[in-house]
Amino acid sequence: MSVVLSGPPAQPGDDLDVPRPVSPGLPPADRLFHGGSRVVGAVVLVITGSIGLFLFLQLLPTLRSYGVHFFTQANWSPQIAEVGIAAAVVGTILVASIALAVSVPLALLTALYITEYAPRWLKGPMVSLIDLMAAIPSIVYGIWGFFLLQPIAMQVSRWLSQYLAFFPPFQVATDPSAPNIQLLPHYGSSTAIAGVVVAMMALPMACAVMRGVFAQAPAGEREGALALGATRWGVIRSVVLPFGRGGIIGGTMLGLGRALGETIAVAVIISPNYIINFNVLQTGSITIPSLIALRFPEASPGELSNLLAAGFVLFVLTLVVNLIAAVFITRSRSGAATEI
Amino acid sequence: MTTTGGRAAGQQAQGPAQPRQAVQSAAARPLSADVPRQVTATTAEDRFAVLGCIIAAAGLVWVVYDRLLGLSGWVGFLACWYAVFLALYWAVSAMEHPRPVVVDRLVAAAIHGAAVLVVVAVSSTIFYTFVEGRHALVHLNFYTQDMSATPPNAPLTQGGISHAIEGTLVEVLIATAISLPLGVGTAVFISEVGGRFARAVRTVVEAMTALPDILAGLFIYTTLIVHLGVSASGFAASTALSVMMLPIIARSAEVQLRVVPGGLREASLALGAPRWRTVWRVVLPTARTGLATALILGIARAIGETAPVLLTSGASTYFVNLLAHPLDLFRVPMNSLPLFIYTAFRAPQDPNNLARMWGAASVLLGLVLVLFITARVLARSRAGRS
Repeated sequence: MSVVLSGPPAQPGDDLDVPRPVSPGLPPADRLFHGGSRVVGAVVLVITGSIGLFLFLQLLPTLRSYGVHFFTQANWSPQIAEVGIAAAVVGTILVASIALAVSVPLALLTALYITEYAPRWLKGPMVSLIDLMAAIPSIVYGIWGFFLLQPIAMQVSRWLSQYLAFFPPFQVATDPSAPNIQLLPHYGSSTAIAGVVVAMMALPMACAVMRGVFAQAPAGEREGALALGATRWGVIRSVVLPFGRGGIIGGTMLGLGRALGETIAVAVIISPNYIINFNVLQTGSITIPSLIALRFPEASPGELSNLLAAGFVLFVLTLVVNLIAAVFITRSRSGAATEI
Repeated sequence: MTTTGGRAAGQQAQGPAQPRQAVQSAAARPLSADVPRQVTATTAEDRFAVLGCIIAAAGLVWVVYDRLLGLSGWVGFLACWYAVFLALYWAVSAMEHPRPVVVDRLVAAAIHGAAVLVVVAVSSTIFYTFVEGRHALVHLNFYTQDMSATPPNAPLTQGGISHAIEGTLVEVLIATAISLPLGVGTAVFISEVGGRFARAVRTVVEAMTALPDILAGLFIYTTLIVHLGVSASGFAASTALSVMMLPIIARSAEVQLRVVPGGLREASLALGAPRWRTVWRVVLPTARTGLATALILGIARAIGETAPVLLTSGASTYFVNLLAHPLDLFRVPMNSLPLFIYTAFRAPQDPNNLARMWGAASVLLGLVLVLFITARVLARSRAGRS
């Protein structure tokens, strides 16, 4: 201020005091850069967005020819003009629920092990192992499930249907106590086995999200709980789990999204059966992705359109699940900055 | 109490040069009956309780399950063992400790059990694949020949999966060449340019990361193959893979760009660099290792995808000589490792065919492992540098 005063008096009309424009319009090169990256963004938007639009357009002719029966009919036989996805939708949901019932508790406990119990040297390798689990191809899980898991799982299935048959889903339309029972035709390729294999793919996604949220639990509150005399479980119950609730729900939904969309592992395990089958231990079921993969090779143009319509239903299902997951995960993260 | 004790011990260690503090700590010594309870360290009693219960449960289950009831099956044995272990551990702990400690111990046992189960499941997948694949993997012709002149049930000394390895490498390479520039470009657009449109792109891309893989294949099949008349080929498979990879790469690249410190951008702009030069010379090089990790994990995901290639590539049995006929990329079917495994699985089950299937699975898993370890090493070198 004093500098200005001591200087020569400003003449009227003297423009010296006008501030230099500091944010001029972008130079041409930058305008090119912005325009170019906007074009890339638009291209990606068109590519990804058109998938949904495109599948939706395929739904219309299918609905026109089959009407609401497309959603209520279980049988899929285009030869006799009976096409419906009821069995596939129920099968998809059953496989995904079994996958979640197996994977979510394991993911939760493993995430707690990594953040709370594992010794320091083991944390890194455990995190890598869970990430590797997500990178193993689903076809490898499929053949692993068929050749290694299925013989074991069939014995367990038989035991369950023998002793817990009062629970309706565990019933199997055969006599489980028969001495020379052939396990494969009754217990093999069932919804439950497919669900357990899919659980291997849903687990790492759920576990990674849960671990991330648990690790962010505020140290001050942990120490507070310890100072009040809490055991390790006390800290988990009173600090880590309440803090990580959003992550638990979000991770579960993310795993659910993966489980709903899993194709090839289910196609390898399951033996296709187009009826609504609630007996999860019994051979035969179908899911939407495996329906597409299995029917696709000999599909006529009309049936192809039906398969695309089924694909749209799957698309909407996974999109809704993932949007819910995203809401929960972002909400849990925004609550991360708990101050003391 | 812990703090005082610690300070006293520290001062004592400083030696007799400070007699007043030494006296203080000596005066504090009679109070040391009030030693704080150790909250983290395990005592010998803790370890023996666990170990004893494990052994006792094994013995008890062996006697009852195996000898008295005459049951068989190792799954049942392990399940009973774990259940009996938990019961014994509860009983042993309840004799000595209050309820919170008992609950804490049982929860710890459950959590350790779950972690062990997960580790066993993953390692069984990896080991079983390589163990079953060893029959095929030892033959050199498995890597150098194709299956064009070999029936699926021929002995392992004939034929191989060179065509599938070629297909996987070519398809993933082209898919990466398509989706890497688009993906990183989108990430740059979202994080460096911004605006309302960028937020819309980001929402759509994020929603599409969860696209079921079969829908990517279905989309390319209907648009490219049915409507545009491209034949089922390596190129069609590559586009299907890139549709699947694109959102994954764009999203993880955006996360990597977001963590580049804003101060670096501002410093570059303050030196007079234009925006594009800031992105090219400052932002992208800073995020380079992070971007590489994201890319490699995206490739590892794409390399194992079966569903998109199942619908788009067709399954050939012969090696496509792309050097002699580059246009074959668009014209003829091309096999790949996941597709080879799937078709071998669907084919009539024969020992040699299955051995080839496991061999291909081992090669595929080996590729994924190599990519995964590379990504880890890259990520670690970055962590070490910063």
